[in-house]
Amino acid sequence: MSATAETAEVIASAPDAALGYKSFTLRSFQFRRDEYFAHISWLTRDGRPLSHTIDVGAFLRALMRDVAWGFFYGGVNFDHVFGTTNHYKTVDLYAGTYNATMKAAGVDRLENFPTAQIAATFEQILDDWTNEGFDPFAAPQETGSAYGRKNGNNTAKITRARELAVRCVGMKGDLPLRTDARGAPVNRAFSDVPQDEPELHPEPGYEDEVHAFNLFGFLSRSQVTWNPSFTSVVKHSFMCPTTEEHMLPIIHANDRVEWFFQMTDEIHWDCADKNSGKPLARVIMKAGDMAAMPAYCRHQGYSPKRSMLLVWENGSPNLVYEIQKGDSPEIPVVF
Amino acid sequence: MTTTNYKTKFGSLQSFEKGGVQVIDDNVKNYAFSNCFDVASKSRPYEKVVFGKNQIYVLEVIRAEGTSPWYTCAHDEFAFSMDGEIDIHLIKLDAAQTVRDAERNGAVLVEGEPRGQKMGWMRIKRGHQAMLPKSTAYQFRAVKPAVLIQQTCMGELSIERWPDICQSV
Repeated sequence: MSATAETAEVIASAPDAALGYKSFTLRSFQFRRDEYFAHISWLTRDGRPLSHTIDVGAFLRALMRDVAWGFFYGGVNFDHVFGTTNHYKTVDLYAGTYNATMKAAGVDRLENFPTAQIAATFEQILDDWTNEGFDPFAAPQETGSAYGRKNGNNTAKITRARELAVRCVGMKGDLPLRTDARGAPVNRAFSDVPQDEPELHPEPGYEDEVHAFNLFGFLSRSQVTWNPSFTSVVKHSFMCPTTEEHMLPIIHANDRVEWFFQMTDEIHWDCADKNSGKPLARVIMKAGDMAAMPAYCRHQGYSPKRSMLLVWENGSPNLVYEIQKGDSPEIPVVF
Repeated sequence: MTTTNYKTKFGSLQSFEKGGVQVIDDNVKNYAFSNCFDVASKSRPYEKVVFGKNQIYVLEVIRAEGTSPWYTCAHDEFAFSMDGEIDIHLIKLDAAQTVRDAERNGAVLVEGEPRGQKMGWMRIKRGHQAMLPKSTAYQFRAVKPAVLIQQTCMGELSIERWPDICQSV
């Protein structure tokens, strides 16, 4: 048996007779859902049973991001107790590890899994627990309910491919522009965003190099919320704009500095210490505002109206290790 | 059924509202909080003011007003308008005028008049993003003051003045 096949094995129960949902096991962690909640249980470090409950809509929205992002950069906290940390070949699954009270009480648990194993289990939980009519990538006003007993699936909405430009959106052979015909109409909350494309006047032979596109128009047609996607790339500098509405479904504890540039409307961020959860700051961002998220903080954003946010990432694969060794600062600039 | 009308709020040089960091228990400077319209309103034309920095990479705010110098760069760069209309002219530079070191980061000024074939030009408005392909010469032209954001690497023309642009208390 190959190692990959072995590690990607998913341990699932038969569907519950009354509710219709499967339960899942990842070593000492167990996952089950009922009509309203996701329930996570584990054995503490000293072997006692402990459990945690999350609203199932919130749980599925968080799980959707963690799955779609391939565990993203650094820590993806579903809430103040449960989450994952990406080590890029393996993933930590934890409960209470980054909660100062639970950690001090010794009731936390952290286990490390090969990425393929945890990814396969998370994908199956997401698919089994997402009913027909609920899109965990959408804002609450745009989709149906996550609650109730098992009622079909919504596989198409939970398996959207992440949109990553190699050089720039709209270039020949790169990520295409969004159009009605491609199934990407303008979102209701961006109906006033101009859709005209830039004027291009290439000389003969330079049609592919004289390139510009309507970034705001492209974003106004995003079909999902809180999903950074690459639009332009300079070496490891990735522009990852996204459209935001309601709450970021996770509390992100990046393993590197990232920057937010608010391009329209307004988002309020809660920033807290990434190890303990202690509140540090609120960052209120309006159109044109720029702020760094230091590598020591975890953050969660609130966007009352669908807004355009540029998430700017340095995707250098060495960066996380430079920060861990102290070669790269947790604070972007000192002045 | 009623239709809800949404109004998307953009900023501009003439009209912008800054948010800010509300500190609970931290150093406000660690968030390097600034606003591109505020930066551009205090900049001279075509100053490349760094307002985002992550190791070798930067995002710069540029007040586009009148005609810029000709720039070139060893790597791709991108620019988008947050306010106003900007024309961008491109020339395929003769090899002699390109940056000799392919690893060199950031934009530089073209020495003398750019020589090479005209590639064409683009007119971008608010929300439009343009590619500035590597090893070409590019020039910005703006009849009225406009605000550009440039995605590039830190270079010899990049200006850092964090104490002047960032919230400090």
